[in-house]
Amino acid sequence: MLNFTIRRLYLLFFTMFLLTLVSFSLSFLFPGEQLVNISGKVNATPAQLVLLAEQYHHHEGFFTQYWIYLQHIFDGEFGVSMASHLPISTEIINLLPATMELSLTALFIAMIIGIPVGFIAAIRHKKLTDNVILTIAMLGYSIPVFWLGLLAILVFSIQLNWLPSAGQISLLYEIKHVTGMQFIDILLSDSEYKWQAFQNATSHLILPACVIALAPGTLFIRLARTAMMEVLEKGYIRAAKSKGLTFNQIIYRHAIRNALINVIRHVGLQFANLITIAMVTEVIFSWPGIGRWLIESIYQRDYTAIQAGLLVLSSSIFFVHILTDFIYAALNPLARDSKHGA
Amino acid sequence: MKASMSHSFAIINSVMRKHFFIRGLLTAIALLFSLSACDSGNSTLLSAKSVIYCSEGSPASFNPQTITSGTSIDATANQLYDQLISFSAEDDELKPALAKSWHVTRDGKMITFYLRKGVKFHQTSYFTPTRDFKADDVVFSFNRILNPDHEYHAIAGVRFPFFDSVNFNSLVKEVEKINEYTVRFKLNRPDSSFLSNLASDYSVIISQEYGEKLSKENKHENIDLLPIGTGPFKLKEYRAGSFIRYYTHDNYWRDKPAIEQLVFDITPIDTGRLTKLLAGECDVVAYPIAHNKIAEHPLLTLDTVTSLNVGYLGFNTEKPPFNNKLVRKAIAYAIDRDAIIEAIYAGQADLAKSLLPKSSWAFSEETQEQVHSIETAKILLSEAGYPDGFDMNIWAMPVQRAYNPDALTMAKLIQADLKKVGIQVKIEGGYEWEVFLNLVRQGNHESVLLGWSADHPDPDNFLTPILSCESAGKGSNNTRWCHKEFDSLLQQALRTNSINQRKIYYAKALTIIAEEVPLLPIAHSKRYQARSNKVTGKLLNAFGGINFREVGKN
Repeated sequence: MLNFTIRRLYLLFFTMFLLTLVSFSLSFLFPGEQLVNISGKVNATPAQLVLLAEQYHHHEGFFTQYWIYLQHIFDGEFGVSMASHLPISTEIINLLPATMELSLTALFIAMIIGIPVGFIAAIRHKKLTDNVILTIAMLGYSIPVFWLGLLAILVFSIQLNWLPSAGQISLLYEIKHVTGMQFIDILLSDSEYKWQAFQNATSHLILPACVIALAPGTLFIRLARTAMMEVLEKGYIRAAKSKGLTFNQIIYRHAIRNALINVIRHVGLQFANLITIAMVTEVIFSWPGIGRWLIESIYQRDYTAIQAGLLVLSSSIFFVHILTDFIYAALNPLARDSKHGA
Repeated sequence: MKASMSHSFAIINSVMRKHFFIRGLLTAIALLFSLSACDSGNSTLLSAKSVIYCSEGSPASFNPQTITSGTSIDATANQLYDQLISFSAEDDELKPALAKSWHVTRDGKMITFYLRKGVKFHQTSYFTPTRDFKADDVVFSFNRILNPDHEYHAIAGVRFPFFDSVNFNSLVKEVEKINEYTVRFKLNRPDSSFLSNLASDYSVIISQEYGEKLSKENKHENIDLLPIGTGPFKLKEYRAGSFIRYYTHDNYWRDKPAIEQLVFDITPIDTGRLTKLLAGECDVVAYPIAHNKIAEHPLLTLDTVTSLNVGYLGFNTEKPPFNNKLVRKAIAYAIDRDAIIEAIYAGQADLAKSLLPKSSWAFSEETQEQVHSIETAKILLSEAGYPDGFDMNIWAMPVQRAYNPDALTMAKLIQADLKKVGIQVKIEGGYEWEVFLNLVRQGNHESVLLGWSADHPDPDNFLTPILSCESAGKGSNNTRWCHKEFDSLLQQALRTNSINQRKIYYAKALTIIAEEVPLLPIAHSKRYQARSNKVTGKLLNAFGGINFREVGKN
């Protein structure tokens, strides 16, 4: 396990190095003054610019500048947004939890529906159930998310009037911003309308979360199906069968656990895909998350925000990767001792 | 034996674990249901006590003294503030507000206001008033505009565009405090529109005590950003580009609004507003699209008011051939105004029957309505001596206004219409708005597409600026038309106080316009609003901003 951990940390270090390097060079590659791009101070006076140049060691070598940039990042100092003139770190702290809340809910929905359905398909291999499930999974995976989002709004918000179409919670409820995760904040708040707010937030979450969950969910169906089929062909399953275990015993006790391990491995990889889908969905559902903010920043040519947003988003995706790797390793002793990296 | 023991233990274990999971899930679901059950039984649903208004933009300031944009007026004027006097919504007459009565001297140069007692200013997180509204607040509010040396006159580039446009500073000599509850305005000359101006959305009363507090803290700019007024709502929270949250002013001197919270959900995209309305996320929506859809919807209502405005084609009556009334008439006959209403206003406007809109009390049914007839136009042109037509130009205003959302396209439609009677039209556009107005004021145009939006319901606010001799050529009368009889009718109407008498004068004046056609009124644009049937109360008026004072919710 120690070996495994060291390997992962090694990977973390190099990936972070490359990410920061890319982000740092973006400030040179974007149009405009590098100093302005990196600090976000668009309307700086000449005197302020001199001060900034000093702060970022602008007249020294690239290596020193990069080192200073790293120091700024570790201090949580990403400059200010060119559009809103607020510190980017504050904006990210405000917005990232909302995205995480949405993505994790979507991931949960995708897993809790996708994996069992995939197992069923594998068990009913080459039967009608399998074919139907596989067709639906293909269809679901092929639907573009922006179209699905709009369609969901049209049907569930406008036609049926079941669920709201925009935002995280109705503006009526004043929930103090503590963690940024709406549900935790609601539980922490002392509003007398706490439970109404909770219900309202739930109804706001359902539609975007389901829209995001569709693509990874269908992918999980296929992953789970393949994993289960592989497991069912393994020798120990045959052994169990020949020992006279019932079908249910084989599935519940042996097959599911071993198949799950292989699926979990892919969850981390799916997370990057999920975040991408979430970004588009946030725009459609006006979800106040980091994805919408980043897309708006691109529209507004807010280079400082793009730079910092990309860095934070990609590193958080990477952290989730590492995390699922650890979970996988914890669940599967074989992986810990494998000689080459995952 | 040992192996099978551990085996069966594992089974029990896994079953237990599975059951634990299922039980947890069931408990969670049951909990959620019980929560929702307990909430729906609760009669104090927050949504029943709040109204969400999806507005079209962020306000530029929270003080109507300093703004003219409709969006800002909607968000602030009637919600946060009161005026000394106001217009009654029923008959557009002046009625008391913060002043419980007023008196005008016979020469019209001194107006005394007797103020209401016991009116409370807002108490908010940023200001707690220690005293009620009194004369000092009135003097403070108007001296801010009148006195260039006032400490709040020129903070952070603030201007007073409405007051500049009515020449307030040259009209008012002094605002004097007689005693704690009496204020006197001394004017340099009598002006019958002065009271109407004081009743407009712009003439709000702000707190002098709050001003003193801010100047002690040296935060003068907050007076327009963190508002304190006497109005039915007070500011709780504002997030630029996102929302404004108002709470009800508990000590409001009129009847307190029937709701507790008013939220402006700032949604600039019109399809976004429509979606929110249909999904029930907004109770009231500004400037909706898809009118028919909303009108058909069983749970929604479409409100309409015809605003007090007019879009018109004005002729430069000093330039031949437009000094000939037959030519002007011929052009009026040749233009298909119904097509313009459809194409330019998308049907969201009333065809103008006269210069005054139907909602004005001075509107007269007797005024002859302009009809569309190419034949009559041709006959009139031959009579005037232009059987083969002539060349002319139309100056199209370069900005969008409610009364004319697209003057250039309108000019092109008119161009096509006039071609049918042989008149070749050249369209002049592409000027800056200020330059355009200046050139038109100097009389460079032959005809011009312009409009007028009234600030208050007095009909004089339409007729005198647009067509009187006094404003011909130097002010807003761009037709440079000066008709002695018409002018004396306007003056007679101003001198009398009898509404019936004034109606007769204005009817005559409108008839003269219809005969002489110094301009061709085209449209009075409408203002639309959609709301859920749950929301009650009158929100829209023909002039001024939206008003949530009487709003309620079932």
